[in-house]
Amino acid sequence: MTHIEQLIDGVLKGDRRSIAKTITLIEDDMPESEKAISLLYPHTGKAFIVGMTGPPGSGKSTLIQKLVEELRRRGKTVGVVAVDPSSPFTGGAFLGDRVRMQELSIDEGVFIRSMATRGSLGALAKATKDAVKVLDASGKDVVVVETVGAGQSEVEIIKLAHTVVVVLAPGLGDDIQAIKAGIMEIGDIFVVNKADRENVNKAMIDIETMLNMNPEREKWRPPVVKTTAITGEGIAELLDKIDQHREYLEAGAIDTRRRQRVETELVEAIKEKVAESIVDELKQTGDLDKLVQRILAKETDPYSAADMLLDKRLKRFKRR
Amino acid sequence: MSSERRIRVVVAKPGLDSHDRGAKIVARAFRDAGMEVIYTGLRQTPEQIVETALQEDVNVIALSILSGAHLTLFPRIMDLLKQKGLDDVLVFAGGIIPKEDIPHLKKIGITEVFGPGTRTDTLVKFVLENVRKRK
Repeated sequence: MTHIEQLIDGVLKGDRRSIAKTITLIEDDMPESEKAISLLYPHTGKAFIVGMTGPPGSGKSTLIQKLVEELRRRGKTVGVVAVDPSSPFTGGAFLGDRVRMQELSIDEGVFIRSMATRGSLGALAKATKDAVKVLDASGKDVVVVETVGAGQSEVEIIKLAHTVVVVLAPGLGDDIQAIKAGIMEIGDIFVVNKADRENVNKAMIDIETMLNMNPEREKWRPPVVKTTAITGEGIAELLDKIDQHREYLEAGAIDTRRRQRVETELVEAIKEKVAESIVDELKQTGDLDKLVQRILAKETDPYSAADMLLDKRLKRFKRR
Repeated sequence: MSSERRIRVVVAKPGLDSHDRGAKIVARAFRDAGMEVIYTGLRQTPEQIVETALQEDVNVIALSILSGAHLTLFPRIMDLLKQKGLDDVLVFAGGIIPKEDIPHLKKIGITEVFGPGTRTDTLVKFVLENVRKRK
């Protein structure tokens, strides 16, 4: 057995060290990571994936701690992937989600991994997706993905989830915020956390009103759940709603979603590999550098240069 | 492809003290040096720290302690690391640790012990020089 086969064998047996090492390979985008995914792939697709997103400070991590405890009470094993931002200046990151999940650290039925956003959005979405595959293949019943939700990037990442839970809290914004596009459109379930605070009903009404105005794209009308993560209030209800959404998906919508997801993944992989092979070749021949010089000298521009290159290289495809 | 090996550090506060200003400053310094820092929060048991290091696949564990329980907690942490096969992880400590305890701590595998007043760039340099690179 090669090193990588051994590693994946460990993952499939649920060995925690192997799971951790494999996720690192994927995060670091090492050459072996593709081999790892291809070995894991046949064993994926069993876990139910829940995405949790929402603005900073809405209580996502604390809520996840309670949700995982409730899942454990119901006999489920759980994986958690918690994403926090990397510094755009130094590349470093402070990953603090575990602080709110301390009690879960030593539960054998739970595996938590913190991930930094690192480079580009596309790369992050891919690394998160693949980390979820590792936890899925390792036999976890449920995988929870946590991202800070502030805009488009989270929408990209959270697409991998079966059920998306958007976590909000009173006082984070008025009804104007609730009308904004982005995360408010992707929730399958909405949570108003910190329900012990003032204005919780106002927040509930704002979200309900927004949801009532949504065009009916699906039969599922996202419910709004009130929780107080610190005391555990509303957590069982939230999990019941997640189960209901799962039943709804399994009655039909899940196949369409799965097909869409696989298609997107394939298209992304093609784009990446094509771009990679062309850019690698350009670097080796020195053509990339020459073109950069020409663009700097204003003899051409990036778009024309790319067109020229692709015309030459893609001729063989076009001929068919 | 942009393969890149990042240094991952867990900054942990074992035992029963509730002052983590120092630990947070150290965590911040590592972040600013381009490392990924996993912060555990206060009052961690050795089991929690080692399990976190395992799941997060870190190369470095930084322990901060002020309570005086280092002679009880640190050996337990080092034992657990060995048991779980994490003996390639760089472990160092900081906080209030009497000089006479340091030789013993080094003997059980704590690479270095830093006292109050240590500059953060000293710590960063120490980690960069001592961390075992991933293959």
